[in-house]
Amino acid sequence: MTLNTTSSEDRFAGERLKRTPFYPRLKELNLREAWDEWNGYKFADHFYDTDYEYFCIRNQCGTYDITPMQKHLIEGPDAEAMLNRMVTRDMTKLRVNRVTYLCWCDDGGRMIDDGTIFRLGEEKFMLTCGSPSNAWLAKSAVGFDNVTITDITDDTAAIAFQGPVTCEVLKKMGLEGIENLKRFGIMTFPFEGETMIVSRTGFTGDLGYELWVPAELGLKMWDKLYAAGEDYGIQPVGEGAVNMARLEAGLIMPYLDFSEALKTVHYKHDQSPLMLNIGFTVDFKKPHFNGREALLAEKEKGLDYILTKLDIEGNKVAEEAILYAEEECKTEIGYVTSAMWSPAVKANIALAMVKPEYLEKEIWAEIYFYKELRPYRKMAICTVRDKPFYMPPHASQTPPAIF
Amino acid sequence: MKTYDAVIIGAGHNGLTNAAYLAKAGLDVVIVEKNDYIGGAAVSRQLENGYWYSSCSYVCSMMRQVIHRDLNLTKHGLMLVPYLGTAAFGENGQTLMAYTAEGPAYNELKRFSAHDADAMYRLLADLDRYSTLIRKTLLRTPPDPGSFKPRDIKELMFLAKTFWEMGEAEIYEYIRFFTMSAAEFLDDYFENDFIKATMATPGIIGTALGVDSPGSAYILLHHVMGDVDGTIGAWGLARGGMGAISNALAGALQEHGGEIRTNAGVDQVLVKNGKAAGVVLENGDEIHAKLVVSNLDAKRTFTKIVDRDDLPPGIFERAKNFKIRGSSGKVNIALDGLPKFNGVPDNRYINRGGQAFIGSMEKLERAYDDWKRGKWSSDPFIESVIPSAWDPTVAPPGKHWMSNFIQYCPPQLADGPWTPEKRDAFGQTVIDKIERHSPGFKDLIVHMEVRTPYEIENEVGLTEGNIFQGELTIDQLLFNRPFPGYAQYRMPVKNMYMCGSSTHPGGGVSSACGANAAREILMDLKKPNTVPEDDCHDTQYNIF
Repeated sequence: MTLNTTSSEDRFAGERLKRTPFYPRLKELNLREAWDEWNGYKFADHFYDTDYEYFCIRNQCGTYDITPMQKHLIEGPDAEAMLNRMVTRDMTKLRVNRVTYLCWCDDGGRMIDDGTIFRLGEEKFMLTCGSPSNAWLAKSAVGFDNVTITDITDDTAAIAFQGPVTCEVLKKMGLEGIENLKRFGIMTFPFEGETMIVSRTGFTGDLGYELWVPAELGLKMWDKLYAAGEDYGIQPVGEGAVNMARLEAGLIMPYLDFSEALKTVHYKHDQSPLMLNIGFTVDFKKPHFNGREALLAEKEKGLDYILTKLDIEGNKVAEEAILYAEEECKTEIGYVTSAMWSPAVKANIALAMVKPEYLEKEIWAEIYFYKELRPYRKMAICTVRDKPFYMPPHASQTPPAIF
Repeated sequence: MKTYDAVIIGAGHNGLTNAAYLAKAGLDVVIVEKNDYIGGAAVSRQLENGYWYSSCSYVCSMMRQVIHRDLNLTKHGLMLVPYLGTAAFGENGQTLMAYTAEGPAYNELKRFSAHDADAMYRLLADLDRYSTLIRKTLLRTPPDPGSFKPRDIKELMFLAKTFWEMGEAEIYEYIRFFTMSAAEFLDDYFENDFIKATMATPGIIGTALGVDSPGSAYILLHHVMGDVDGTIGAWGLARGGMGAISNALAGALQEHGGEIRTNAGVDQVLVKNGKAAGVVLENGDEIHAKLVVSNLDAKRTFTKIVDRDDLPPGIFERAKNFKIRGSSGKVNIALDGLPKFNGVPDNRYINRGGQAFIGSMEKLERAYDDWKRGKWSSDPFIESVIPSAWDPTVAPPGKHWMSNFIQYCPPQLADGPWTPEKRDAFGQTVIDKIERHSPGFKDLIVHMEVRTPYEIENEVGLTEGNIFQGELTIDQLLFNRPFPGYAQYRMPVKNMYMCGSSTHPGGGVSSACGANAAREILMDLKKPNTVPEDDCHDTQYNIF
């Protein structure tokens, strides 16, 4: 018996991760072989250096392969009503060619996932989210006869193109009028006989766009974008860099800041959108939607915890820190969900779950850090911030300032 | 006539920092600047359409992040971006790449010497240890060792304790270190001449010392102790050029109600009854203020704008003999495209960082010999960076500008005064050398700004064009800076202070001098201190 069979047959094929349409380019550029996975796809943590890629997002432009992000088409006369029943925002207010950020909950008002919905037509929506949602969408469609739901994740190649020079690059790529596209707006462009969808969206808090084409045109889009971006420092960025940027922007991340309700074992370990401080996505004015009653009750009763932006003294990153009401650690009042040193604002920042009644009082973080393998402990005072840590003006300008 | 609480002379980055902190503490301040633009040596200037030169200082690693954070400089438009990867050029086509990741960087050193590749780790640990000590002193006022004030004794104790924590053996090493040459220091680590030369160059930048001169080891440390977000030895570019730092500080100053006056060179400090009372501008206008802060260098302050009769005996002479020798030139070049260098692969990383035209240890010392003889180096050391490869705001897309810092270039030439022709000949020497490593380089040149110490002195106001406002040798450091007895930012004239790089901790775009001076002023005014304590990162290795 031999271990190897013929070379044409990969006996480990089932073990290997799927490759996105951009893989031929990504593998050339991933000098550090730093691969991770996302929804069964091979996916880069970084290509060269996380900090370098972070600065590409803040200073020039970076491409982030969002092919593994889940994409679902919801179409038909009942599509709007079905989504309106499922998600927390009022879908009747979402105009064609606009995108909105929202979430959806179980009956207990616990958040299943967050994502964006694109209204591509009166009866055509695209929902994007971090984790697969086929089963939940099917469940949510029960009772709505005229709606079809299609998972187009594998059929779509998508890039999040983020950074202060992105509009300039897209102009150079020939996307006429792109500078007039407002935040959360959608434009379409003919591309190689098909359609390229461009939305002014992203997960970095910076100026940025997301580009969507059929999977088979992915490489062509990549090459065209990279040719246009050559003189603008275009660079692939991995999850490490995007995770830094999103935290500065105060955006939440699954598996770090929240636990998806359907995958959570203990009911105290998942969260409601109110706890996650995205109450602005919950529209109580609209009729019944999933979790409405529970959320109303929670609002009435008061929250156990609320996600809070903290600016922490010193520079010791407060990862996994427990929060206390006093320096002596007598009263536990919360915990940090993500933390980092922010290179943009030179501050020690964190997102944390804090008991609301303590928000106006002193908040202390108990931080453990290492110096040459030896752990040290530090108590650091925290200041609550209302706004995103980093909010550059060009991110919201239309047309965006050149650079 | 209005009397300000304070007038600050010179809108360089330390003057702006000082003014911003005084304004933040509620003082009514005005900062006066002789040029029609602010920034001093931290400035971005558009001399050719679409190209923004950082005319003087060009990279940044000492900027106190706690000040950046405290004054909210990001909100005022400042972003510091680290740049990576330097290609060093030696003799006979040798190149040494400073790769970003540890593994490749180690492999690269090993091409030259397996011994030195290992020794690099020890050097970095030692530099890290030495710099940790100095970094702790940057945002502190040096103690007066002759004083018995509780505060000075406390500060001396702090220094002694910090020093003692290094361990006994290291204390001896450290003391040796301050008087050694860069060459002697590096001999203990490396056998390969090119590696040694590459590591020695920070020891001569901006200083009138050679790699073999005692004292150059400390200069080396001064240049590598900075960090960007905790990566020690890393260098940052300010997005928009170094002027972005000054502009952000000016934004903070104005946010707190401070006033900025340009085209307002100071002719003289007004002294009444032995106390500073304001300034007389070159146009004859007087500005009255309760205190005067000079951001000019010590020599200029006490030999040019303070009347000798207003000074206690001996100060004028000390200022006259203050060691502030010009030794550097700067050539800023606008380019039609990105230059390619011999032996450097054309990829988006290594070809986008810095370049160091080095030669060998002997070449570096010979370059210094030329300076001693009153000539610019015929084969100079050039440290370059192409900021536009990283910063989309400083050149049109696809175009670039290259910052070249040159060691050595004398303030006075042996064969008579500087002339535009001699300046251009100096510039030619520089581009001839670059062309040798980058064939076709000259064809890319769109515009050049050549700056000898003569231009730096006359445009910026740094005596002899010395970039540090005074040599960083041990006789002029810590409690000896600028003069013994006057290291706590208070000057021999009552109500007069200094806040420039002539004071502790010396040169570099750190904002530390200006902030320290503000703390002392607020203490004298019995106002609560608003200057934050330093917040040094625990550092991490970074090759080069």
